[in-house]
Amino acid sequence: MAENVKQLAVGDRLPPHLIGPITRTTLALFAGASGDHNPIHLDIDFAKKSGLDDVFAHGMLSMAYLAQLITRWVPQSQIRSWEARFTSITPVGAIVECSGHVTEIFEADGEKRARLEITSSVQGGAVTLAGFAEVAIK
Amino acid sequence: MIDRSVIGKSWPVKAIVPEEGALRFFAKATGETNPIYSDLKAARSAGYPHLPVPPTYLFSLEMLAPSDSFWLDDLGLPLEKILHAEQSFEYRNMVYAGEKLTIETRISDAYEKKGGLLEFYVREMTIRNSNGTECAILKTTLVVRHG
Repeated sequence: MAENVKQLAVGDRLPPHLIGPITRTTLALFAGASGDHNPIHLDIDFAKKSGLDDVFAHGMLSMAYLAQLITRWVPQSQIRSWEARFTSITPVGAIVECSGHVTEIFEADGEKRARLEITSSVQGGAVTLAGFAEVAIK
Repeated sequence: MIDRSVIGKSWPVKAIVPEEGALRFFAKATGETNPIYSDLKAARSAGYPHLPVPPTYLFSLEMLAPSDSFWLDDLGLPLEKILHAEQSFEYRNMVYAGEKLTIETRISDAYEKKGGLLEFYVREMTIRNSNGTECAILKTTLVVRHG
């Protein structure tokens, strides 16, 4: 992994990261572990009252999966910053697919960095999170 | 019209120690298979002093910290109309299980779009370790959908 990163070039793809399918148990566990107890992710009655057909996954669950995409590529200590927009919801049953590629290689604060474009999506469906990350290359 | 006077609103500093067991639970809940996030031995042999707090767990700290108030209630925002629109993280220092952390929270922006149908609130959180060193800055953008 480290060797690949050293010779990295714009356009290089991160190894894709696939997780799921997301079950109601996944959402219950994530609610407890993350401290996000919003019933919209847990309680179908609440979801229906809010005009939805069903609960849907926490956006931050997919962002945790996106973090795994990055930390499988470089150690966490090399992530400088990152951000994502939540573009659509992730339904129960979805397989989440995370992918990313290098868009720029540059120097900042005396170190070599790569800028990544990253997305998560429902496999075979919509993009759920779209964002960028800046990581140090060592 | 959105009440822009909420910009600058801040909350009392919260304190929390991310615990080893809680991090192991988060690793399980997120399907994390890298043992450095759940096995102290693996973390130490990878050169870490303890289990690293994973990149997005910093966002959870504010919700897991003991508190008498809930920021969305304090802003009078209805949970069922809220969606998380954007999230950013800026890291200065790694954080590990067992560290005493503080979280400072304030509203850094509030604006509307589509003639007030969409209201956006930006919350900024600064996480510091026990030396007062900044470890991470998080920005959360929420959207409230009216109509």
